Formats: sequence, C-alpha cells, structure tokens
Amino acid sequence: MFQPINRRSFGLLVGSGLVAGADASLFIRPSHAAETITVLNWRGYGTDEASALKAFAAKSGISVKHDYYNSEPELITKLRTNPGIYDVVLINSARTQQAAVEGMIDPIDFAKLSNAKDLSPTLKSHPNFLFKDKPFGVAWVWGMNSLAVRRDKVANPDSFALFGNPDYADRVALFDDAATEIGIGALLTGQDINDPKDLKAIGEKLKSFKKNVKLLWSSEDEWNKAFAAGAFDVSVYWSGAAVRSQRRLKLPVDFVVPKEGAIGWLDGLSIPSTSTKKEAGYAFINYMIDPQFYVEWATTAGAPASANIVAMNGLPADDLNKTIYKPEYLTKLQFMSAMPDDRRTAFADLWQETKAFYAK
Amino acid sequence: MIVGMLLPAYAWLMLAVFLPLLTMLGFSFLKVAPFGNHPMVFTLEHYLAFVRRPYLVDVAWASLSLGFWTTGLCAAIGLPAALALARATRGRVKQVLFLLIILPFWTNGLVRVFSWTMVLRDGGILDLVIHFFTPHAPPQGLLYSYPAIIIGLVHAYLPYMILTCYLALASIDGALLEAAESLGARSLVIFWKIILPLSLPGLVSGSILIFVPVIGSFMEPRILGGRVGVTMGTMIEDQFTQAFNWPLGAALSFTMLAVVLVIFGVFSGALRNRLATS
Repeated sequence: MFQPINRRSFGLLVGSGLVAGADASLFIRPSHAAETITVLNWRGYGTDEASALKAFAAKSGISVKHDYYNSEPELITKLRTNPGIYDVVLINSARTQQAAVEGMIDPIDFAKLSNAKDLSPTLKSHPNFLFKDKPFGVAWVWGMNSLAVRRDKVANPDSFALFGNPDYADRVALFDDAATEIGIGALLTGQDINDPKDLKAIGEKLKSFKKNVKLLWSSEDEWNKAFAAGAFDVSVYWSGAAVRSQRRLKLPVDFVVPKEGAIGWLDGLSIPSTSTKKEAGYAFINYMIDPQFYVEWATTAGAPASANIVAMNGLPADDLNKTIYKPEYLTKLQFMSAMPDDRRTAFADLWQETKAFYAK
Repeated sequence: MIVGMLLPAYAWLMLAVFLPLLTMLGFSFLKVAPFGNHPMVFTLEHYLAFVRRPYLVDVAWASLSLGFWTTGLCAAIGLPAALALARATRGRVKQVLFLLIILPFWTNGLVRVFSWTMVLRDGGILDLVIHFFTPHAPPQGLLYSYPAIIIGLVHAYLPYMILTCYLALASIDGALLEAAESLGARSLVIFWKIILPLSLPGLVSGSILIFVPVIGSFMEPRILGGRVGVTMGTMIEDQFTQAFNWPLGAALSFTMLAVVLVIFGVFSGALRNRLATS
C-alpha cells in the first residue's frame, strides 16, 4: 500500500527525478544546437520572462541573452553603433520606418513564422510597419498610455482635465516623455497626436498643470514605488504596467481611457540586418507570438494586449487584461506613428520648456 | 628620468579625458549627431541655445544656486568638523571618525540617493521619527522638494570639504594658536584672525571640487527633486538620452563650463586681492 513519504524516500524521489531529467535532456537533440541569441528590448518586457526563456530553450535549444535600452533614441543608437550584436529587437512601430530607412533591419518573411496566421490583419499590416510596401516588423503587442488613478481617491475619472483640477494640487505624476505628454496636450486641445498644428496651445495646457504636478516618473519601478508610498493619486501610466501593478503589487490603481481618447502604441519585433543568427531570431519571434506564451505572460505577470487574436481569446474571461483592453477603447485611440526629425525636436523642445516652467 | 614618471598619468589623461572631451567639442558644432546616414553639417546654432530658449537661463540660474547652496552648506558643516578632527582627536578615535567620513565614498551613488528616498518620503524614516516625538504633527515628507536635492548633494560632497579643510588645518603650527592665546585673544578672535585665513586654501579647493560637479548633477535632482528637479544636468542628460540631440547637449555642457570658468576667474581675482591686503 501507499507509504507515507519520509525524508529518505523523498530524497530518493527527487534524486531519481533529477537523473531522469538529465537523461531526457541528454537524449533529446534540439534542432538549433546550443545557439545563443541576443535580444534588445526594454527591461522586464516579455522577452525576458525567465520561465518563458526556459521553455523556449527546452523546445528549441536556443538560449536568449538580453541587452536593454531606456529610451527609443537609445535603441536607435545601440542599433547603429553595435552592428552584428543583436538578433531580435523590439521597436515601437512609430520608429520601425526610421530603422528601415537606415537599413538597420530586414524585411520580414512571414513564411518563417507559423504563428503569424493568427495575427490581427489590421495590426499585422499596419502602415507603421511598412517601408517601400514591405513589412519590417512583426506586430507583437499593443497598448495605451492613458489615465491611471488611485481607486479610493478619484471617483469616475473621465478626462485628462483631472491633471489641472485644483482638487489634486500636488497629487499628479506625469510621464517624463515628450511624445506622450505632447500627445496628451494634443488630445486635450482636440488635435492629432502625431501632427498637432497648434503647439502653443499644447504648451499652455501642459503648463497649466504646474500646481498639481508632484513628480515626473520615467520607469515603471519608479511609478510603483512612488504610488505605493502615496506620493500621488492621478497620473499618466502604461496599460501593461497598470496590470502588473495591480496583480503583482496589489496597488489600488484604476486604468481608464477618458473621453478625449488615449495614446495607442504598437510594438513589433524585427530582425537586425547585421544579425548572424537570423533563423534562430525567427524561431524566437515565432515563439513570442505564440498564444501559449502570451496567455502565460499575461496571466502570471501582466502584459499589453497581444496582436494575436487567438492569444487574446485564450485569456480567462475574468482576466485583468480583458478589463483594461476594452474593445470599445480601440476606436478612441490615436496610434503613435512615424514623425519627421524636426517635429520630434519641436516636441522635445516644448517638453523641456514645460519642465523648466514646472521647476521655476 | 624623474620627469618620465609623469608619462603614464598624462598619457592616460590624454586618452581618457582629453580625447572624448575634444570629440564632444566637435559634436557641439554639428547640426545633428553624426550617426547613421546623416551628412556632417557644421553650425553655431547650438551655442545660441540660451538666446533661442530663454527658459534655459532660469534653469542655469537654478543650477548655479544649487551649487552655491550645496557648497556653502558643505563649508559651514565641513570646516568645524575638520577643525575638531585636526585639533581635538587623536589615535584610534581619529581613525574611526575618518572612516565614517569616507564611508559615503564607498557606497554607490545611486544606492545613496535611493536610500534618501526611503528616509525623506511621506511616512518615511524621518517622518516616523518626527511623529514619535510629536504624534499630531501633519505628515512631513521632504521628498520631491528643493531641500531634498540639497540634502542628497550635501551628503554626497561633504567629505571633499572635510578632507581638504583638514589638510589645511592640520598644517597650522600649534605655536601660532598658543601665542595668540597667551596674548589674550579669545577663541572667536583666534578663529577669525588665524584659523579661517589659514584654512582658506582648503576651503577654496574643497569648493571647487564640489561646485563643479554639483551644477552638473542630474541624479539627485531627478530622483529627489520631483517637479523642481530640473537642472542643467538633467537638461543635458535629456538631450543625450531622450531627445537624441547630442550636439545641443554638448553645446550646453561647454556653455556651462565657460560660465563656471568665469565664476572662478572672478572669485580667484577677489581672493587674490583679499590675500594681498591681509
């Protein structure tokens, strides 16, 4: 009959399990023998989920190293100055054309990506990815930069105008990012976030928040620490990060798309043209758009919305992601797109000027 | 020959300091950063930044006043500390006290700044201590304020001032002080007439060591300052990391360098006059 497991038999079980495991890994020869690829991405953004990398390595024999960037210009600089180092790179689709123009990434061969068949057609062929009619990125995830508030402090948040509401003096945290903040100013003044005609009105709108602005955050970690310490109640935040803050840290944050709409972004995975391991790179991208990977990532950690329709349908009905990525939001979003350099510079200048005004 | 021993140091300085600096100087005259397919176009445009972007004058002034505050506080705290170390301690006690002063140097700057966020925030350690003594006081959070930046900077740079002042004070001949005492000078007079003038070299070199990095500081303002943490340091950092406008960042750096040199020029002139008259 069954014997209760004592310490010795437990050790025996574990030991034999280890041996069996070792045996199995000795006999299964992965198709890509012991290759290592390097992925360039934001830190903590899906491609470096430890359990997923383990599963991918077991399946394909490819291990994955990472290098990180902290801003999109840094990404472009790293691609320019480190040829041959990276095999897969995550690029905000608003920057894909810039990278393609400079010849830093390859056109995508979708025949090498068996999971691409389930990608949302509108996202897969989004104009942001196209350069000379060829796609240069694989739609991976999309999300929003929008309004996040402390649940018990702000009732029915429905407008970015909260940033200027005197009830929240010293209780606002803005994202230290020119494109996002100028975009919010554009939404509040009824303009196109990618090509606003009246920058002056945007500057005045942003400056009117001065009394409310307590801090400017620049990383998810910084946002979480300050929010947990009660430093602010109203802020701009990333949709995927809002899920993680609720799930991992149990922070009482509500993420909403207000009546003005919100800033949407679409991230894609690309293959650097100087990569020497392109096949392994494709294998990794195919794994990244696999519904199984996405559901695991989204339910255990918290992720933006997947561009893969099957993956989104695979989420449990009560999943936090489903409450954040409401279908009706998609029509209210303006997606970030490519922009000429002088406009980017104008955005950066206006944001610097606004920050200097906040500090005065 | 003895002069040859200078070679490694100067070769290293040439390689590690001078060349990158010269490259940056070159960058500052370019229209856009020379990466990718951009053609090299030279311009003086970035040096007109302070004219074209008047808000930079406010930011520069804020950075300079941050420098004056930090340097002044370091001097006010550092000189007495150095005096006590030089005159009133010896042996093991002196070693331990020195160790405590140098300790901040051995901790990572970023760790130091983040530990201040734990102390200064609402409900942080400082808040808890204040509420222990006055339970009904309102929450005292200094984080994300100007004083928070000053606290972080003084903590980081105080050791420079103590060490330079200590060196100056330790070399004062004790007989001078005894002579003054035996002639009936009170301690305040001794400090004012003898100790302070003789410690001037230490104060000056300490101030230079502190003032220059403080006006370029960006970590303390960004992390501790919140909305008010905008300085030339963070502006320049943004040009490199966010806006990708390296030429503008470089031009701003060299403009600040020029401002600093002018300030030192004025001060050293004034100091020389003072030393000549006293």
